[in-house]
Amino acid sequence: MTRRPPGWLLVSGLVVAALAVLPAVYLGVRAAEADADTWALLWRDKTWGLLWRTLGLAVAVTACAALVALPLAWLTTQTDLPGRRGWTVLLCVPLAVPTFVSGYVLLATFGNGGVLEEPLSRWGLPVPSVYGFPGALLALTVSTYPYLFLALRAGLLSQDPAWLEGARSLGMSPARAFWKVTAPLLRPAFVSGALLVGLYVLSDFGAVALLQYDAFSRAIYVQYEGAYDRTYAALLGLALVVVTAAVLVLEVRLRGRAGYHRSAKGAARVSAPVSLGRWRLPALLLCGAVVAVGVVLPVGVLVYWGVRGLVGESASMMAPALGSVLASVLGAVASVLGALPLAFLAVRYPGRLTLAMERVSYVGYALPPIVLALSLVFLGVRALPFLYGTLAMLVLAYVVRFLPQAVGMVRSALLQLNPHLAEAAASLGQSPPAVFRRVTAPLLRPGLLAGAALVFLTAMKELPATLLLAPIGFETLATRVWGATAEGRFAEAALPALVLMAISALGVGLLVSQEGDAPRG
Amino acid sequence: MMRKLLLTLLLSVSSTALAAETLTVYSGRNEKLVGPLLKKFTEKTGIEVKVRYGETPQLAATLLEEGDKTPADVFFAQDAGALGALGNAGRLQALPKATLDKVDARFRSPTGLWVGTSGRARVVAYNTKKVKPADLPKSILGFTDAKWKGRLGWAPTNASFQAFVTALRLLKGDEAATAWLKGIQANEPRVYKNNAAVVEALGRGEIDAGFVNHYYLYAAKKSNAELPVANYFVAAGDPGALVNVAGVGILQGTKQVDNAHKFAAFLLEPEAQTYFSQETYEYPLVKGVKTAEALPSLAKVGSPDLDLSRLDDLRGTVKLLQDTGVL
Repeated sequence: MTRRPPGWLLVSGLVVAALAVLPAVYLGVRAAEADADTWALLWRDKTWGLLWRTLGLAVAVTACAALVALPLAWLTTQTDLPGRRGWTVLLCVPLAVPTFVSGYVLLATFGNGGVLEEPLSRWGLPVPSVYGFPGALLALTVSTYPYLFLALRAGLLSQDPAWLEGARSLGMSPARAFWKVTAPLLRPAFVSGALLVGLYVLSDFGAVALLQYDAFSRAIYVQYEGAYDRTYAALLGLALVVVTAAVLVLEVRLRGRAGYHRSAKGAARVSAPVSLGRWRLPALLLCGAVVAVGVVLPVGVLVYWGVRGLVGESASMMAPALGSVLASVLGAVASVLGALPLAFLAVRYPGRLTLAMERVSYVGYALPPIVLALSLVFLGVRALPFLYGTLAMLVLAYVVRFLPQAVGMVRSALLQLNPHLAEAAASLGQSPPAVFRRVTAPLLRPGLLAGAALVFLTAMKELPATLLLAPIGFETLATRVWGATAEGRFAEAALPALVLMAISALGVGLLVSQEGDAPRG
Repeated sequence: MMRKLLLTLLLSVSSTALAAETLTVYSGRNEKLVGPLLKKFTEKTGIEVKVRYGETPQLAATLLEEGDKTPADVFFAQDAGALGALGNAGRLQALPKATLDKVDARFRSPTGLWVGTSGRARVVAYNTKKVKPADLPKSILGFTDAKWKGRLGWAPTNASFQAFVTALRLLKGDEAATAWLKGIQANEPRVYKNNAAVVEALGRGEIDAGFVNHYYLYAAKKSNAELPVANYFVAAGDPGALVNVAGVGILQGTKQVDNAHKFAAFLLEPEAQTYFSQETYEYPLVKGVKTAEALPSLAKVGSPDLDLSRLDDLRGTVKLLQDTGVL
């Protein structure tokens, strides 16, 4: 435990961690301007109410997302489910649906005058109210379960089949073996995925605003929306940082200290898929149901808007599509590169400092994106004027915002990797870069790819930072969608939104096809 | 192929950043609306324009963070409050008198820091199947009546609503504003994200009446002419008849003062004023330009007598909204 990390690793880790902590520093600077009146605003009962409502929603969404994601991840990796790759891609797509679309879909379905009203009232049944907690829970579960799905998949794929086979050969039933062997080994993947879901809920503004659930991020947004009051907004933001810190400490407790990597022999091997037998149909129905709610419904609504708007002119999607892909790919690559030193330090050189460095990478993620964007404006004009207004600034923003998605994935993959493999390679005379390239990186591939996929998908729909930090005139599909919906022209929003979802699905498909060839270590 | 594409993209980005005689505009107004107008401006004057589009309050916050290092020369804002906030922070410089004088004193900064380019009236939009105009009160204050319980919709996080509450405070005092907010709260209004969502909900029949800006109705009717929603204007002089403006201000420290002046002047020329009126159904603010036919004249709407610069006093309003539990 007292091994010291090499200097270059520590320095690169510190640089990334410093970047990640920037939004909190910015909030500190702005909050320092607060007078007694502003502090008094913070210490009101209303703040506590917001806090409880936000935490309650975060816990509920995480639980529901887990209920959806675990069976789906198992079905698509461990069984003979027909069309596993296709399902995997489709099941990731909800991540790419912009929140305003998923929120609108809910309203158009369950709202007054919505699709369900007539059939339900004919049977004398009340339309379930979608406003408030239930609506926010549903919308956020649908848009966040892919975080857990991807994390659990990566965990399952890099799990050593020897553990499960050992348990089975000793007479455990498949179900018992899953809960006794597979599930405990999934703990790091589960916890890191759950953290992403929970913290996303803290930061989300779109769904809670549309569905009228009064949460913390909405309160922060209101300040920037109308009050031009950066001080009070900063205090609320800092309060959210404190909550995030508490969640992060709690997660460390939940992680436990067990070892998760495979047994000494490191031969890459694929486990034999479980035959579903008569459970095949229910399994397909489950996948179908989730895809119907998360993909088919929003696509249907978009197509409906699009058809209504076909009379209007259709602008070329080439430039914004290229812009989206360019910025998101750069953001994904940069985030994974930034995540590597943090994850390595935390896993291979555990200690207070390295743990803290890995933890602070989550700070930017739980803050409303507008806070993060403004903190980068703050940094950019003061410290990096030569980058300000260039694409590099936007990529930097994506890294600060989405870093934890990559860190979580890389970290849980690294935990499952036996350190002796790299040590053996080193002892055989390989230089550290060669060890990484020839041994560690190939074995980490599922984790690296899952991390890159997550960042890519979420960067594709990112809006506030893109609007404020992209080079002037740089368009993405998300800004196109925003441009149209801001004035209520939904028909014009349909095409860019559909292209956005299609490219996202394509990106995930590409990654999933890579994943299949990966050696499993 | 891909590399070539990337290269051209990067080059085009950096080359626009280097070009000297381009005016940089931060626009809180939509690209669809502003884009064609800017093209005409460039054709007419030869001045290239680069635009960062965004939400007005977020751009205002960005300009405040950027301070004197901002790359922006001009701020084209959706409402007077944002311009007021930047003016108060010392970020705007005075406009030429000739430009200011084109617009009624009510619709520009008294210190000359910004000028309104088009007007937006507060109205009560209502569902025509559920409400008769005769049933609607003459004053916005009348909606606290219990007969409106469960029938109202509003968007309290929306800047234009908050500007109206500020106007209410300034015209009738904090106590009256508090009483009105509490009265409406007692009627359990549905809360929406923005004006467009209120109009949509009216169309769905989710609510009977909602407090919005006048032009959202016409935008919604463009995609659905059958929408059973109409606008109701309260009596002239009532706080509910407030006319707020979208406007333009020139940033402190710009190196392109002349070009920025030309830009502001261009937005007040008949061509641009007519364009706003036709495209968005907003009120033109320069005399001699026709108002859209569906609308009562600006004089008839009768915006209450109020210095719109004072609408930047939003902190007090937000506190009031929070104390009454509206936010």
